[in-house]
Amino acid sequence: MTTLSRRHDFVLIFDVANGNPNGDPDAGNLPRLDPETSHGLVSDVSLKRKIRNYVELARTGEAGHHIYVQEGAILNEKHRQAYTALRGETSGKKEAKLNPRDDAEARELRDWMCRNFFDVRTFGAVMSTGINCGQVKGPVQMTFANSVEPILPVEISITRMAATNEAEQKKRAEGAEDGDTRTDNRTMGRKHIVPYGLYVAHGFISAKFAERTGFSEADLELLFEALTNMFEHDRSAARGEMTTRRLIVFRHENALGNAPAHKLFDRVTIGRNVDGEFRALDDRGLGNHAPARKFSDYVVQIDRDGLPDGVEVLDLV
Amino acid sequence: MTYGIRLHVWGRHALFTRPELKVERTSYDVMPPSAARGILEAIHWKPAIRWVIDRIHVLEPIRFQSIRRNEVGHKAPAGTIKRAMNRGDLGGVQLLVDEDRQQRASTVLVNPAYVIEAHFELTARADASDTEGKHLDIFNRRAARGQCFHQPCLGTREFAASFALVDPGASLPSPQGPGWGDLCQGGTPTTTPAPSRARQAEMPDLGFGTPRDLGFMLWDIDHAAPGRPSLLFRATLRNGVIDVPPPGSPEVKR
Repeated sequence: MTTLSRRHDFVLIFDVANGNPNGDPDAGNLPRLDPETSHGLVSDVSLKRKIRNYVELARTGEAGHHIYVQEGAILNEKHRQAYTALRGETSGKKEAKLNPRDDAEARELRDWMCRNFFDVRTFGAVMSTGINCGQVKGPVQMTFANSVEPILPVEISITRMAATNEAEQKKRAEGAEDGDTRTDNRTMGRKHIVPYGLYVAHGFISAKFAERTGFSEADLELLFEALTNMFEHDRSAARGEMTTRRLIVFRHENALGNAPAHKLFDRVTIGRNVDGEFRALDDRGLGNHAPARKFSDYVVQIDRDGLPDGVEVLDLV
Repeated sequence: MTYGIRLHVWGRHALFTRPELKVERTSYDVMPPSAARGILEAIHWKPAIRWVIDRIHVLEPIRFQSIRRNEVGHKAPAGTIKRAMNRGDLGGVQLLVDEDRQQRASTVLVNPAYVIEAHFELTARADASDTEGKHLDIFNRRAARGQCFHQPCLGTREFAASFALVDPGASLPSPQGPGWGDLCQGGTPTTTPAPSRARQAEMPDLGFGTPRDLGFMLWDIDHAAPGRPSLLFRATLRNGVIDVPPPGSPEVKR
């Protein structure tokens, strides 16, 4: 595997229709909002979770593509239980003794983790060792995704034709008069959806950090594959329809890069589509138009004129 | 004495965690010197040099926002990894995030922008090939071209920092400098103006009129000393600028 030798910066554009892309635990699972601008947010960790899930799904069991930070109890846990039952845990030692003795050993552990786990190699991980030696900084870093226009979350009340337990059923039955068991058992719930939102996230891939963790060109391909397909395998009642719409990658010729990332990101502009015409999002003439409800209400433009030397634009989706 | 450099950094959010409020992270009001050093090191650093932060200019009003996220409660236990490594079996090396949940809020800064004034000193590990001019050239060249070792960040890595070199000749801070608005909007100004503070930011909040005492702030972490103790200094915002005491000065407390 050849390690990555060129820096990359990327713009990920994805949308959501009638779903909640990322709930805010502080606001009763309402879609995340920037309180000052009402623009929607999707946290970096939410996107990384989906990348991990995709890689786990697509590459289960392949050497070097294990996922360290996992969601849900999975087979490995069972393996371990079987293993423990069979041979017994190598316990008896105090946990302190299991810390690496010196930097060389810590490095060995770190390299082993990087070799085996895709997410450690890509995003990094912190191990329970000394202050600096147990930390892996991954080459891939993503920012919060922001919606391009303010979003307006809608609260939907839903009902369920069943009660959780008998006590609840009893309580409901007291209030009801007609004795219809179907309505007696009814409980109400809430769902928050964003009718439509187009989100943009920025990402950075440092070739210098890739050298350290062994993140290879093949890993890069897999990362882009994951960014393209991750929403296809993350369907759920809450998410609605989420889709990766564009993945625009700026490939630099060398490891350090050939242009500032912010200047490259500025080359990607998103505007409203008014009868096939590009209109800037702050265009005052847009006031009479209905809110965007589909991807074709937007136009994504990439300014390829006068690209800095040594920067190549890859339009992957 | 070497020549100083000035770097303009900005971003959408920043989280310079206070050491005393690190579970539910709360940011310092402004960028501490150690974070500024980390940004410079992301662009250029060698064991032969040591960055020293001289001054931090605060260009935007100080505003906060709260973000709560699901986080995991534990680090990867080195012991488990070692056992798995020795027996050559990956079983058990994993972190089950939904059984190890911690919801933590972060109080982050909104739309921060700074100018870092700094210089570097040669360390004991410098040899004959390490001249000050060489490292200064490398830094200036990289910063001007947007090159970096890794993309610098404002405190934590999800809050990426954009950066631009401030021309050595430009004066700082010049109120309402030409093209500054364009620069903020991400456009390409015709000239390279010195970044300046918006006039509406020149408020007592940033120490205009009377100096604003920010209390004790992390100066840096002493990585050389055993136990890696924190070094603190009393930060004061005077007309939007924090003067950072030099290393070893009595103002840097242990």
